[in-house]
Amino acid sequence: MTTTSVMIAGVGGQGTLLASKVLGAALLSLDYDVKVSEVHGMSQRGGSVVTYVRFGDEVHAPIVDLGDADFLLAFEPLEAARYVSRLKPDGLLIVNTAPTLPMPVITGQMAYPDGVIEKLRARLNTVAIDALAPAKEAGSAKAVNMVLMGALAARMRIPASAWKDALERQVPARFLELNRRAFELGNAY
Amino acid sequence: MKELMLGNAAVARGLFEAGCRFVSSYPGTPSTEITECAADYEEVYAEWAPNEKVALEAALGACFAGARSFAAMKHVGLNVAADPLFTASYTGVNGGLVVAVADDPAMHSSQNEQDSRHYARAAKLPMLEPSDSSECLEFTKLAFELSERFDTPVVLRTATRIAHAQSLVELSPRARIELKPYGKNPEKYVMSPANAVRSHAEVEKRVAALREYAESSELNREELRGREVGFVTSGACYQYVREAFPDASVFKLGIVHPLPIERIRAFSEKVGRLIVVEELDPFLETELRAARVPVAGGKDLFGLLGELSPVGIRKALGAPVPETKAFGEPIPPRPPVMCAGCPHRGLFRVLSKLKLTVLGDIGCYTLGSAAPLNAIDAVVCMGASVSMLHGFTKVRPDMAKRTVGVIGDSTFIHSGITGLINIAYNRGVSTLLVLDNAITGMTGHQQNPTTGLTLKNEPSPATSIEKICEASGVQSVRVVDPHDMARMERVLKEELEKDEPSVIVSRRPCALLKCVPHRSPVRIDPEKCRGCASCMKIGCPAIRFADKKAIVDEAQCVGCGLCIQTCGFQAIGEVDA
Repeated sequence: MTTTSVMIAGVGGQGTLLASKVLGAALLSLDYDVKVSEVHGMSQRGGSVVTYVRFGDEVHAPIVDLGDADFLLAFEPLEAARYVSRLKPDGLLIVNTAPTLPMPVITGQMAYPDGVIEKLRARLNTVAIDALAPAKEAGSAKAVNMVLMGALAARMRIPASAWKDALERQVPARFLELNRRAFELGNAY
Repeated sequence: MKELMLGNAAVARGLFEAGCRFVSSYPGTPSTEITECAADYEEVYAEWAPNEKVALEAALGACFAGARSFAAMKHVGLNVAADPLFTASYTGVNGGLVVAVADDPAMHSSQNEQDSRHYARAAKLPMLEPSDSSECLEFTKLAFELSERFDTPVVLRTATRIAHAQSLVELSPRARIELKPYGKNPEKYVMSPANAVRSHAEVEKRVAALREYAESSELNREELRGREVGFVTSGACYQYVREAFPDASVFKLGIVHPLPIERIRAFSEKVGRLIVVEELDPFLETELRAARVPVAGGKDLFGLLGELSPVGIRKALGAPVPETKAFGEPIPPRPPVMCAGCPHRGLFRVLSKLKLTVLGDIGCYTLGSAAPLNAIDAVVCMGASVSMLHGFTKVRPDMAKRTVGVIGDSTFIHSGITGLINIAYNRGVSTLLVLDNAITGMTGHQQNPTTGLTLKNEPSPATSIEKICEASGVQSVRVVDPHDMARMERVLKEELEKDEPSVIVSRRPCALLKCVPHRSPVRIDPEKCRGCASCMKIGCPAIRFADKKAIVDEAQCVGCGLCIQTCGFQAIGEVDA
């Protein structure tokens, strides 16, 4: 099997690291070769954060390069726009529709582009989800990451049991029920 | 069973399995998790040292005493530890000594992009470079064996894409390694000139022996496939080359110093063109060219800056690259910002308002340089704020009353204290701010000597920043809560006026600490808001402006209430007082 690449892009604090850990654990249980790449430190302070997950028979590079991603999971519209060049032309974008303004926009130095979601739809295979509403329904606005993971899971060939086990292993017990609900709500999209 | 493990966690597992007893480090991205994970093994003693020099010297002492010992640091940390490193090369070891250094090409979280491989050549030490987590684990174990076999410290070099990438590893049990006997041996351990003269000769013999070892070691391997091009590479670049040209021959280096020159020469004769793929400096390339190995391409193709990638390598060699799509419009950057509720924000707002010249330092508060605060004039390295402040105000005494230094608690302990002693001793008049947020923040919340807890969360006597300042000879030391901006401004003006050195400890815990309660988001009354945008000057990511009114982002606001102090129209209020 050739290597499949998933890129997760978001804003520091949105939980991209946990999302990649859950995906990595699900893939590992299926006996794939897996590599996950993260960046810690400075970029976590509200900056643009990306993680990469690649799997297959034998994976070499731990990073998702230009034109390489089968899936781009974006936790924020601008972060989807920033990384569209990583997607294969026939790759799938799953994007949260709720914007988080970056500081240059907050301070008025730059404008947040208009109609980002519509422009993404026009260019790419796009699934746009307002992940905030189901996250709140599950119990916390912070569960946006698991809603989006659920939506990704619905489009990847990974058995539900592998996801379930991965969630149990990677999510602390006291947040498990919340994350499981968020994942299921996302899975229905 | 295989586990998916972070490169740093795999190094820590290697320490455990190798029977390593002693770990001392200073946190630094991307090396930090090695030591955090090592601390999870009961059998391994692990600690945070005040800085990398202390860490390496502590590890050296443990190694002299007969234990397998280890220190980890980021690339710039090795500059701090360079002094013991160079002479530890002369003393050699008793128990094995391994030093891990993590480079940060592309500077994801660093102030420079230096290439630590030069240290191996300069200090005449063997350097191993793993290319995935499995090698992180195996090379760490092997590094201890090489250290003891060749009587040398061994450097394990990683970079962000190895340290912070997870891949599969297989675990083994911990080896039973006894302490080696210790006996006085001044010829070996006392580096007086007479002894060091002899040691240097031994070091040169050791480099020759290591070169011979590299020529036969399995850590360096020739992978023959298509013969048109042959790549010489190591670390993450090896993975990129395999991805970019899966059918090409590769000479994979696990030991990047000293190089197996003759094996690479023989490899070059089997392939059409020899291409050297390495990030940053032409370290391998220069060695190969000096030995007249025919290199057909290297830095002329890939350049000296940043990280490489599979597509980048293909492009440099003129091979087709995948088709991509573009968004087609400028996208605002999303730089990191001080968190909502950050205790440093109030202080930096005051510094910004007073338009002071600010010599800054390394840590979260470096973010005070960004708009709209624009509060920092210079940032160079750990501790430099204090020492630069002294030099700056000595030659510009007219600016001394408008110039301050800012440094965090952990950075102050790391290397700010000596700078402060310099100010007091040499009759300086500087005003220094020590930003005590009760944790080492930027690297992800590590304990330090001021927090009263060790790496393994055992209580320990907390170092008093105030008493250190007083003992250094600074008479005027005051503690202020930066959340009270009016008081901070008043105290700052008073201290700047004084013709003597002074320190203000700006004390309030990091908003991300679990012990810091978050409150309900503040509420902005749109009737009262006049749209003056005063609240926007603090650069809080939880406040934005729309239709000439301030709006609070409830998902981000932690209810710290700093913005309430900025509003002249009482438009911002607390929900729960």
